[in-house]
Amino acid sequence: MCASAKYNTRGPALIPRMKTKHRIYYITLFSIVLLGLIATGMFQFWPHSIESSSDWTVEKRSVHDVPVVKLPADSPIPERGDLSCRMHTCFDVYRCGFNPKNKIKVYIYSLKKYVDEYGTLVSNTISREYNELLTAISDSEFYTDDVNRACLFVPSIDVLNQNALRIKETAQALAQLSRWDRGTNHLLFNMLPGGPPDYNTALDVPRDRALLAGGGFSTWTYRQGYDVSIPVYSPLSGEVDLPERGPGPRRYFILSSQMALHPEYRLELEALQAENGESVLVLDKCTNLSDGVPAVRKRCYKNQVFDYPQVLQESTFCVVLRGARLGQAVLSDVLQAGCVPVIIADSYILPFSEVLDWKRASVVIPEEKMPEMYSILQSIPQRQIEEMQRQARWFWEAYFRSMKAIALATLQIINDRIYPYAAISYEEWNDPPAVKWSSVSNPLFLPLIPPQSQGFTAVVLTYDRVESLFRVITEVSKVPSLSKLLVVWNNQNKNPPEDSLWPKIRVPLKVVRTAENKLSNRFFPYDEIETEAVLAIDDDIIMLTSDELQFGYEVWREFPDRLVGYPGRLHLWDHEMNKWKYESEWTNEVSMVLTGAAFYHKYFNYLYTYKMPGDIKNWVDAHMNCEDIAMNFLVANVTGKSVIKVTPRKKFKCPECTAIDGLSLDQTHMVERSECINKFASVFGTMPLKVVEHRADPVLYKDDFPEKLKSFPNIGSL
Amino acid sequence: MGTPPCCPPGSGGGGGGGGGGGGGGGGGGRAAWLSIHRSGRCRMETCFDFSRCERHGFKVFTYPQERGQPVSETYSKILSSIERSRYHTPNPEEACLFVLSIDTLDRDHLSGQYVRDVDEKIRGFPLWNGGRNHLIFNLYSGTWPSYTGELGFDTGQAMLAKASFDSQSFRPGFDVSIPLFSKEHPQRGGDRGWLRQGSVPPSKKYLLVFKGKRYLTGIGSGTRNALHHIHNGKDIVSLTTCKHGKDWEKHKDTRCDKDNVDYERFDYQELLHNSTFCIVPRGRRLGSFRFLEALQVRGGQGDEGPPPPGSGGSVSACGVPPQAACIPVLLSDGWELPFAEVIDWGRAAVVGSERLLLQIPSAVRCIHPERVLAFQQQTQFLWDAYFSSVDKIVHTTLEIIKDRLSPHRSRSRFLWNSLPGGLLVLPGFSTHLGDFPFYYLQQGYSPSEKFTAFIRVVSQAGSLSQPVLRLIQAVSGSQFCAQIVVLWSCEKPPPPSGTWPQSSVPLTIIQGSRKLSQRFFPFEAIQTDAVLSLDEDTSLSSSEVDFAFLVWRSFPERIVGFPTLSHFWDAEQGRWGYTSKWTNELSIVLTAAAFYHRYYHSLFTEYLPAGLRELVGGLAACEDILMNVLVAAVTKLPPIKVTQRKQHKEGVAQQAECGDGAAGTPPPGQRSPSAPRSVPAEARGTAGSRRFSQRQDCLNQLADWFGYMPLVSSQLRLDPVLFKDQVSVLRKKYPSLEKP
Repeated sequence: MCASAKYNTRGPALIPRMKTKHRIYYITLFSIVLLGLIATGMFQFWPHSIESSSDWTVEKRSVHDVPVVKLPADSPIPERGDLSCRMHTCFDVYRCGFNPKNKIKVYIYSLKKYVDEYGTLVSNTISREYNELLTAISDSEFYTDDVNRACLFVPSIDVLNQNALRIKETAQALAQLSRWDRGTNHLLFNMLPGGPPDYNTALDVPRDRALLAGGGFSTWTYRQGYDVSIPVYSPLSGEVDLPERGPGPRRYFILSSQMALHPEYRLELEALQAENGESVLVLDKCTNLSDGVPAVRKRCYKNQVFDYPQVLQESTFCVVLRGARLGQAVLSDVLQAGCVPVIIADSYILPFSEVLDWKRASVVIPEEKMPEMYSILQSIPQRQIEEMQRQARWFWEAYFRSMKAIALATLQIINDRIYPYAAISYEEWNDPPAVKWSSVSNPLFLPLIPPQSQGFTAVVLTYDRVESLFRVITEVSKVPSLSKLLVVWNNQNKNPPEDSLWPKIRVPLKVVRTAENKLSNRFFPYDEIETEAVLAIDDDIIMLTSDELQFGYEVWREFPDRLVGYPGRLHLWDHEMNKWKYESEWTNEVSMVLTGAAFYHKYFNYLYTYKMPGDIKNWVDAHMNCEDIAMNFLVANVTGKSVIKVTPRKKFKCPECTAIDGLSLDQTHMVERSECINKFASVFGTMPLKVVEHRADPVLYKDDFPEKLKSFPNIGSL
Repeated sequence: MGTPPCCPPGSGGGGGGGGGGGGGGGGGGRAAWLSIHRSGRCRMETCFDFSRCERHGFKVFTYPQERGQPVSETYSKILSSIERSRYHTPNPEEACLFVLSIDTLDRDHLSGQYVRDVDEKIRGFPLWNGGRNHLIFNLYSGTWPSYTGELGFDTGQAMLAKASFDSQSFRPGFDVSIPLFSKEHPQRGGDRGWLRQGSVPPSKKYLLVFKGKRYLTGIGSGTRNALHHIHNGKDIVSLTTCKHGKDWEKHKDTRCDKDNVDYERFDYQELLHNSTFCIVPRGRRLGSFRFLEALQVRGGQGDEGPPPPGSGGSVSACGVPPQAACIPVLLSDGWELPFAEVIDWGRAAVVGSERLLLQIPSAVRCIHPERVLAFQQQTQFLWDAYFSSVDKIVHTTLEIIKDRLSPHRSRSRFLWNSLPGGLLVLPGFSTHLGDFPFYYLQQGYSPSEKFTAFIRVVSQAGSLSQPVLRLIQAVSGSQFCAQIVVLWSCEKPPPPSGTWPQSSVPLTIIQGSRKLSQRFFPFEAIQTDAVLSLDEDTSLSSSEVDFAFLVWRSFPERIVGFPTLSHFWDAEQGRWGYTSKWTNELSIVLTAAAFYHRYYHSLFTEYLPAGLRELVGGLAACEDILMNVLVAAVTKLPPIKVTQRKQHKEGVAQQAECGDGAAGTPPPGQRSPSAPRSVPAEARGTAGSRRFSQRQDCLNQLADWFGYMPLVSSQLRLDPVLFKDQVSVLRKKYPSLEKP
C-alpha cells in the first residue's frame, strides 16, 4: 500500500530500468489496491443493515418494525465503569489492525425495543439527537455494516441523557449486545450524566470497559486517552441562525445568561455587576412572560426582556458557570454567538480537550478567583479578544454545531489514537479557515546553519551547448565548497560527450540523462544530490566568480530555507492592465531570483516535483519557460519568506544565450514571463512573492579596507 | 419537533441550554462540591493552597541541606537548577512551592542511594504541612520484580515530578511526568542535537533500529522479548541480547547465543546516527534512558566554531558524521509521556502500541517524507527546548506548575509546541501570539509598521547636546517613526519640555536611574513592536533608519543594526574574546544603534535572573552583549548588519565604542577573521582597555551561565538592492547611503 504514498526515488530516466521482478510486484500491488478501493467504494452504497439514513425518522424507528427484546430481571449487569481503563488495557486494538486508509471501522447495532419482564419499555425511543448521531456515523467513512470487520461498536441504545434512563435495565440491555464482551471497544455517547443529589460527572449506567464519550467529565472521572470529552449539544444550534459577527467592541463586556445558577454564584455575579455598572449584565429567567412565548428563548434583567441567544452577541465575554453538572449547553450557544466563554468550573474537562487548544478560544478562571474576573478579563489585549472570538465561533462551526459534528470529531479523536502516525495535526484541528489560509508552516522550520563542510551540489541543465557547458564546469569547480557536479543532459537525440572529453575536476562529476526534454528535469530530486544545498546553474553562466559563488553558498547556509540567487527580478501590479507584470529593469526591489544561478535546499526539488499545485508543472514544460518563476512561487508560498539576492548586479551577458537576462530585448519573452506570473498567482490563489529592498553583500563589501584582508574580495567585477 | 432529550423539563440542575429550569441542584455550591472531592485523589483545587502564591507570586523554596545528609550528584543538580532560577526564594514565608533537601530520586531500596527513614525525617519538618505545596522529585521507584510506583514513604498532598509515570497513578493536572536522565546529564547548556541533514527522502541507511537488552522474564519482557521479530537484517535492525544480569545463562533460551553474536556486530551509536526511526521500548520501568538518547543523538561538532569551554557542552568525539536525531518510536503502553501536559508528542514521535509491534515496520514505512522531516525537526526542537540539560527539565517542571496557578495567564499548547518553546515565552508579557516576534508567519500576522526610537541619555551636562538634537531630528524624519522615548539616565533632571526640539512625532521623557540594565526595562511608553535603540551620541540619517527598519520587518525576531562586534574563541588563552575591528564576520550588533522587538525588553528583565543583570550592569557595562547573547540563545541565529555610512561608523567607534576603538588596529597582513589575536599589548593600561577586558570577562561569564556560547556568526551585510551599483543615482532609493 505504501507504494503509492512513497515516492519514487529514481530519476525519470531510470524508471524503465526497474527490474522486471519489481515491476510485476508493483503491478500486482497496484491491482490489489485498486480492487480494494473499488470494494470500499461499493460498500459505501450498499444498503445498510440498518435502514438507510434519509428516511430514518424517529417515528418510524421507534414504533414499528422493531424487534422486541425482553430482559429478564436476573439478566447480567455489566461491572461499573472501570476507572483504570486505558487504551492499552481495556481496548482490543487487534480488532482495528493495520489498514492502509488509517481509518477505524465502526459498526452500529440494529435498533431493538427493550422491555422488562412486565413488558414495560426500558427506555424511551431513540431521541432525535441520537438518531442524528447514528445517521452521521452511518453516512461517514468510518461506517461498516460488517460486524466482523468492526473496530468500534456503537449501540443503538440512547444514553445521551441519564435522566431518561432506567439505569439497571439499560445496563442489562447493553450486556446482551451480541459483541458486548465486557464492553470492549464499545462506545457510548452521553451528554447529561449523573443525577441528584450529587450529580456524578460520568454516566452512572454500569458499562464495564466501554469507552465513554461524555459531556461534563471532571478530572476524577475522565480517563485520559480513553474517554472522549464531548460538548453538551444545544438544540438552539439547529434552531437559531446567528450570523457571524465581525470583530469590534460590543455593548457589554461581561454577560451571564444562565438561568439555574447556584445562589452563591449569582450573588458573586451580582456583586460584579454592582461594582462595574453597565458593562456587566447578569440575566435570569423571565417571570412574567405572556403565554405562548417560549421561556427558553428569553432572558430578563429586572423588567427588561432580551432575546436569547441573540443577546450573547452583544457581549465580549460570556460566563459559563458550572451548574449541578460541569458540562453546560450554554457553552455551545456562547461559542455560536462568537462570544468569548469565561469558563468557571473547576476540574471540568473541556470538550475535545485532547485536541482543541482551549486557551486560544476561552478564558478559564478558577472558581476562587471569581471576584477578580473583571480585572483578569480587562488585562486581555483587544487583538487577542478578537482572535478568541473568531476562534470560539470556529470551534462551534467545526465541532459543536450539530450532532454530526460532535460524532465525527469523537470518532476522529479515537482514530488518531489508533493511527497516531496519521493523526490530524494541531493546526488542522485548531486553526480557523482564515488562519489556515493566511499562515504558512515552513517545512524547514528549525533554525539550523548547515555545516560548511557539507558543501553543495551544482546541477547544470544542458541541451547541447557543450563548449559553454565545459566552461561553466571548469569555473564552478574552482569554488571551494563544491562537493559534486551533476550535469542533467536534456537532449535525447544526442549523446553526451565521451568521458575523456569532459574537463577534469577535483570533485565527482555525474551525468544524468533524461527521458524527455523538460525544464522540470532540472528540479528533480536526484539521488545523486547528497548535500542539502543545491546550486542550480545554467550552462551559460560563466561570469560568476569563485568568490561570488562561495559567498552565495555562505549566505544560503544562513538562510537555508530560501532561494539565494544572483540576478533578481520583480513582479509589479500593472494598474492599467489590472494584472501582474514581470520586471527585469534596475529596480530598488526584488521578489524573485533567477534559477539560472541560485542556491536552494534540496527539499524544494522534492516539492517542485511532487507537490507543485495545479497544472503548473505541465504549463512550464509545455511553454518551455518560467520554471524559475514557478520555483520562486513555490518556495515563497511554503515558507512565507522572501528570496535573498546576493552581490551587486552584473550583466549576465554571454554570446549565445537568448533569454536569460531581460536586457536581451526579447519582448515576447517578457510578455510570456508576465503571463506566467498571472497564471501562477491564479493557481496558488494568492500572490505569495514577497518584495524586499535588500540584498546580501559580504560584511566588508566596498568598505575602505585592504582587499586582501577581505574574505570575498572578488565580488561585483563585471 | 420532538422534545430535545438533552433538556427534559424539570431536570435537576443547569443542564439544559434551553429548558434547564429546576433549582440550583444539590451539587451546585462550592463548599458542597469541595466536600465531595476532598476525599478523592489530589487535584490542584483540593490539595494545593493557591493563597500561598498570591502575595509574592510563584516563589520556590528549597529546604536547607542538612549535615550528614548525603545528596546524590543528580539531586544536587536539580536543587541547584531551582536555586539558579528566577523563582527561587531563600525565605519560606514567601514560598509558594517547597522542595525537600532529602534526596528522593532513587527509591529502589536495593539501590545504594536509597535514603532511609524518609517518613520520620519529613515529620520533623515544620514546613511540611502534610505535603501541601510540596514538589517531590523522583527518577526510580519500586524494585525488582514488580517495579511499582511506590516511593516507600507517605507523600501526603505533595505533587510528584516523577520519571516513568504510569498513566493510572498519574494525577492529571497535579503531578508532572519528567524524563529519566542520567547523572552525566549536563547542568546547563547541553548539546543542541545535531540535525543537519534535512534531506527528503530521508537518506538514512536504516529505517528503524533497536539495540538493547532482551528480558527473558519479568515485567517488560513482553515487548523486549518480541523485538527481534521485526529484524530484517536490511533496513530494519533490531538486536537484543540476553547477556545482562548475573544469572542470564540460567534463563537463556535457544536464541540467545546466535543473538549475542549479531548483537556484537553492530555499534549502537552507528545505528542511531544512521537510522530514521529508533525504537524506544519500555525497560523494566516505563521510561528508559533510550528516550533521551533517541531525542538527542550526539554528532560531531561540525565546523560551528571552537568547542565550548568548561562545563556544559560536552566535546563529543569527532568522526561520527553529523546526522539527524532519530525519531523515537515509543513502545511503552501506559506511560505518561514526559511533560505530556504541555508537549504534543504526536508531532515529534511515533507513539506506537506494544501490542502492535509487528505493525510498526509497515506503519513507519508509510509515513510521508514531509512528515518525517517535520518529525525530525520537532524532535530536535523539543530536545533543545525542554530536555538538553537538568536546568531545562527542572525549569519546565516549574513553569508547568506555574501555568496552573493562573490558567488565564498561561501558555497555550501552541506556544509550548512551537519555536522557541514555552520557557522563552512569558505569558506575563502577553498571551496574544501577535505580540511576540516569533509567530508572524505561522499565524499570518505582520509586525507593526512603525517603530519607537528609544534614546538613552547619560551625559552629565544636564542640557541637550548637539548630537542628541541631531539624532532626534534624524529619527523623527523617518517615515516609519511613531514616537520618540528618551530615557534620561542623568542625575540632573531633564531640561524643561520647552527646550526639547519640536518634532513631528510625540516625544516622551522617562526619568531613569543610572542602572545600565534599565535600558532594557519593558517601559510601557514603548507602544510599537519595533524598538530602535540609540545612544545619545549615535549619528544616523533618516534614510539609514528607513532602510534598517524595512530590513527589520523581514527579520523581526533578530537584532538588526549598524555597528557590530565579532566574538571568537581565543585558543591561546582558552577563553572567549571579541573584537570591534573590521572583520569579515559579526555576531553582536551594538544596541547603540539597533532595531529589535520590544518583547526582548521583557525577556531581558523578567527571564534572566536578577543576579545576572546586576553582573552585567555593575561590573562590565556589557548589557548590550547580554542582550545579543539572549536573542541568539532564543533564535539560534546571528544578528543582521545593515549598510552604514562610513562617517557614522567612525563616529560610533570614537564615541559609543571609545574604549574599544583604542584597542589597536590589527597587525597588517593578518587575515584570520574568525580568530584574530586578542587585545594588542599597547592598549594595556588605558581606561578603554580596562573596559574592554571587563567586557571580555563578561562575555565569558555569560557563556558560562548559559552553559554554551549562544552567539552565532554571520558573514553578510544587507545593503539596498542597487547599493553602489553602476546605475544613475536617480534610480536609487537610498543614494545618501553611498556618500562617503
